[in-house]
Amino acid sequence: MEVDKVVCLPRLSRVAVCGGTHGNELSGVYLVRELLKEEKKAMEEEEEEEKPVSVVLVLSNPWAIQQCRRYVKTDLNRCFTHASLNGPLSDSAPYELIRSKELNTLLGPKGSPEAVDLVCDLHNTTANMGLCLIAYSDCDWICLHTFKHLQASTSNIPMRYIHFDVPKEESYSLDSVGKHGFAMEIGPQPHGVVRSNIYTAMKFGVQHMLDWVRFFNSGTIIEGGFVDVFTMVKHIDYPRDSETHNIIAAIHPQLQDRDFCLLHPEDPLFQTFSGETLRYKGKEPLYPFFINECAYYEKGIALSLARKRRVMIPAIRVQTEQEQQASEQGFGSEEEE
Amino acid sequence: MSAYKNSVCFNEARRVAIFGGTHGNEMSGVTLVNLWVKNSAEIQRKGVETKPFIANPKAVEKCTRYVDTDLNRAFSPENLSAPGGDDLPYEVQRAQEINRIFGPKGSPEAYDVIFDLHNTTSNMGCTLILESSKDHFNLQMMNYIKKAITPASCLVLLNEHPLLKYSTSRSVAKHPVGLEVGPQPQGVLRSNIFEAMRVILKHALDFIELFNEGPVCNTLETLLAEMEYKFIGMEFPPCTVEVFWVSERIDYPRDANGNIIAMVHPNLQDCDWEPLNPGDPMFQTFDGKTIHYQGSGTVYPTFINEAAYYEKQQAFVTTRRETLVASAIRKA
Repeated sequence: MEVDKVVCLPRLSRVAVCGGTHGNELSGVYLVRELLKEEKKAMEEEEEEEKPVSVVLVLSNPWAIQQCRRYVKTDLNRCFTHASLNGPLSDSAPYELIRSKELNTLLGPKGSPEAVDLVCDLHNTTANMGLCLIAYSDCDWICLHTFKHLQASTSNIPMRYIHFDVPKEESYSLDSVGKHGFAMEIGPQPHGVVRSNIYTAMKFGVQHMLDWVRFFNSGTIIEGGFVDVFTMVKHIDYPRDSETHNIIAAIHPQLQDRDFCLLHPEDPLFQTFSGETLRYKGKEPLYPFFINECAYYEKGIALSLARKRRVMIPAIRVQTEQEQQASEQGFGSEEEE
Repeated sequence: MSAYKNSVCFNEARRVAIFGGTHGNEMSGVTLVNLWVKNSAEIQRKGVETKPFIANPKAVEKCTRYVDTDLNRAFSPENLSAPGGDDLPYEVQRAQEINRIFGPKGSPEAYDVIFDLHNTTSNMGCTLILESSKDHFNLQMMNYIKKAITPASCLVLLNEHPLLKYSTSRSVAKHPVGLEVGPQPQGVLRSNIFEAMRVILKHALDFIELFNEGPVCNTLETLLAEMEYKFIGMEFPPCTVEVFWVSERIDYPRDANGNIIAMVHPNLQDCDWEPLNPGDPMFQTFDGKTIHYQGSGTVYPTFINEAAYYEKQQAFVTTRRETLVASAIRKA
């Protein structure tokens, strides 16, 4: 028996890169447009590059992009639950519901063998989060290895892996349509603006992600290691007026922009408009993120809080063709020992 | 009797308005005005009626810049006299209503001062926006504010450009004052930005009280002493005010279909008010090439990468630095 078990996983033949799931998160919009241009140019010049992975480029919410809004009728990135995708479509269904089914046909169907292998969904945030990969799993070795590779590739931008502990059956975002998926969230960037440093970081992230996929597909054993994972624990809303529901305090200046700086009990959280400091009353020190994300005001989230832990990830390699056939025929999977 | 040649007399400023939410997603002004509508103690000054006012309530409710058309461009003479009532775009109707309440624009009945509160995604810090280089009342106010907040800074932007000037909501008043504070994303409330705006307004209202009534309380007298501010016999002495005078609007490079093909260069991003010299990097294409500034001389860019201006074909504006002289002023 091998001392270091290597986990064998199916080839990643199709990867989707999606921008503009929220129409005003512009780095992803401009990056996907640029990649589409490059792809078109490569086809015209008939560049016969080896194609170990096929990349599907998608502008997810074209109508919202055109209006430079997060969404037209409803948040597209909450429309991908199984219930919603398989439910009926009435004549008066909101635009994003219709679009989510189109995307499910294009990149899915979610949960089926035809789904793309990996979805990378591009997002921006007004919070000072650097580059984050956000995934539903803390044991999806593809996602974790992608992150480890990105992190090792540069120190120009801080990077974190965020885990939303939502069961697969309840997953709701576009990245859950693929067999593997994550959101690549980069901030701070105001909505409706493209900042060159943020765009460049996203371009870098996508390029290195695709490089890693090709590397994985090439058959090399990719050694394991460890990744610090931030698992979301809870959200905190703004203090609000009981009658009007309007917010009555802003994120405290000592917390503003301090995403991923450990928040201790009694640390300042909010500053009321009359100057009073409201403090964190939790018992456990936690890591704040999505601090003052614009789109979350309406969702009742001033900040989110996470626990950090170190996750060991095994060495992995791509399954050979025989291994892949064997596992498909159900002779025993070698995945995830 | 004035101690100075060319002293200018103005009527007392008795009616003042503070507009928040001219753009519904610029949160500092919306929040401050809502606060003051509930409790106006902070903005009360002796002898002044100060009215806090949400200029575009529908846009505020939707947390969007505007519903049909930009309210802050809607106060043209054509719009203000347009017939059509309910058929007009929402903001044109609203402009006519605001003109009825606070104007009519250009008439003796118009409000004396309107402060119009804005935020920007640009790194402009605190900026006062002036619409006329000959408004000595406003120039003196801006000089006072700048002195009062020292060592913090507040710059003055003058937009008197015949083509680039636009019909703002505040232009209804005799003395329109724009207050722009950034950087802040649209739809977001940052407490440091909020507090900065609040402090500027406090000093602006102090100035008006001083103009109307003299130093009416100990705190004001102490502040004047600390500022070493000369104020004798109800008269503000002449002063100079450095302004950044709007010259030119620079758009993003676009392709034949009008799509943006480059972003503000990392060397220019966040460098509002810093000199931009011919040959300096200006834009970076999406595939990494640099486009340089080709002007004939040094300019001072501002409104760099303002979200709302992508649709207005503006990546930034260039300004030139000028020093204006404000005459002595006193009340009539």
